[in-house]
Amino acid sequence: MAMKFEKTGDGTYSLDVKGYVCPHPQLYTKSALSKMKPGNTLRLVFDNASSGESIAAMVDKEGDELLEQLTSGGSYEWTIRKS
Amino acid sequence: MVPGAASIEAGFAVSKPVSPAGEKTSKSNQWWAFAVTGTFLAISVGVYAANELYVYLSAYLWFGFIYGMCLQYGRFCFSSAYRDLFAVGVPRMFVGIMIATVLFSLTASFVTATGMSGFHPAPFGIHSVVAGLIFGFGMVFSGGCASGSLYKTGEGNMSAALVVLSISITQAVMADLGGWFNKLVPASWHAAAMARGLPASVTPGDGWMDQYLAGYVWTKPKTVFSEMLGFSNDSILGAFLGNLLVGVVAPALVLLVGVYLIWSRKGFMKKRAREGKPAGLGADLAGFWTMVMSSKRTAIAGLFLGIACGLHMFVMTGLRTKFGIENAGEILKAVGQDFGLSVRGTVFDPGYWYVTTQEAQWVGWVFNRVFGVDNMQNIYFGLENGIPNPLFNPADWMSVALIGGAAVMALLHNEFKWKKPTVELATWAIIGGFFMGIGSRLGLGCNIGAFFVRTANGDPSGWLFGLGMIGGAYFGVRFFKWWTERKMAKQMEAVSEIQV
Repeated sequence: MAMKFEKTGDGTYSLDVKGYVCPHPQLYTKSALSKMKPGNTLRLVFDNASSGESIAAMVDKEGDELLEQLTSGGSYEWTIRKS
Repeated sequence: MVPGAASIEAGFAVSKPVSPAGEKTSKSNQWWAFAVTGTFLAISVGVYAANELYVYLSAYLWFGFIYGMCLQYGRFCFSSAYRDLFAVGVPRMFVGIMIATVLFSLTASFVTATGMSGFHPAPFGIHSVVAGLIFGFGMVFSGGCASGSLYKTGEGNMSAALVVLSISITQAVMADLGGWFNKLVPASWHAAAMARGLPASVTPGDGWMDQYLAGYVWTKPKTVFSEMLGFSNDSILGAFLGNLLVGVVAPALVLLVGVYLIWSRKGFMKKRAREGKPAGLGADLAGFWTMVMSSKRTAIAGLFLGIACGLHMFVMTGLRTKFGIENAGEILKAVGQDFGLSVRGTVFDPGYWYVTTQEAQWVGWVFNRVFGVDNMQNIYFGLENGIPNPLFNPADWMSVALIGGAAVMALLHNEFKWKKPTVELATWAIIGGFFMGIGSRLGLGCNIGAFFVRTANGDPSGWLFGLGMIGGAYFGVRFFKWWTERKMAKQMEAVSEIQV
């Protein structure tokens, strides 16, 4: 399955990196956030547990906000607001 | 979705930020976790009933199981440690690795001081850096280091399994490279290899790896920090002052301070300024501590790994004493498994955590038994490690159990998921495994055997391999940043309103 980055509404975006393993989910997330404006939110979908810790740390370090974390059967759906 | 609002969507459970695990373990996952653990338990009990000597193999098995649980719990990956610094500026895994190395060194120094250490330093030289460079480059491609790929296989990640396969095959092939590759061997290596008086059965003058080992690597010095400072290695001063403080704690602190200044300080101070708190030495100390504790999960895994690694050395030496043996080859012979023993009657039996040699061994065994390749004529298999039946190879028991331990931990956290690799990921996995295989053989080990174990035991060659890994990871990340941006650019064409 291919990576999918799309605009889903006014200031909201979606990045689907399901199926990808390290380091791809964190690299795509960093790239997506760098292309968004402050205040925009990103819905991130991934299923590589190891990437989660790195993404959470990256979000915290950059001062972005992890608004929500949903998990289900090894899949993760996170919402990140860019600072 | 409303920012800040918690919600439950179909099939999803809300968890608190930071840890992705938050669901209650499903009944099915619990059952599978018990089944995997029960299988290892049944094997241990069953073989013990057959012959008490199998306790030696079971010890490897259970330490492997613990390593797998720790690695999965902390998402402990040496690839991530270096890669995430360069790729996303996240130091948490680097910190975890340093914590684990210091703690392993503490327990290893205790074992060394009691005279129970089975550790032998490796020859060091520029080859350690070059090997680390190739290995580090490969581990970014594969998405995990040698041990990381094993634990990710336990999570159901088949890309990682492909990495394990690729690294295993590459090593087995490399150990037996001869023919045209002999032309690449410098005359001085050939002469030195031939002058060693090695058994004729291992043909030391034929094979690239043979002449690399006997003609080059073995000519390099071996030492530990304790001896460099003039202490006996198994003295308290040597083990704790030389190997631990000078050999591990001091360089680890320097590296951590460097990582803090380059990757952590700016973000921490920015956050502090927003809260109206002053800068200064106190702020830097607080920032340093925050970095160290940024992932409790990783730090806890590092703590348990460090203790387990030291204990492992202690237990294996104790078992050798109990059974009156020096090498597991004697056990395999006693239980009737004498195929694949080296010319000295030994098999690979490090007495501590190791990953790559047993990977080369099982493929070496397959090459020999299934395809009829005579690979016992090389130094790596024929003289040093052997190619025992993988079902009876102690180090293979450790690796298989590592995968099992990781699977159990992943199941208990609902993180187990079968993932088939795409063509793209399979390609990266094979390329990454290929480079890691080459790096492992040149460096006589991987991120565990050539870096973690050696560094923790005061062997300077470990730091040289680690230095190379950092360089390799940097170049690997450069490539993947280019690749990521290239793919994102294609997606951007459809997202016109985003600022570029």
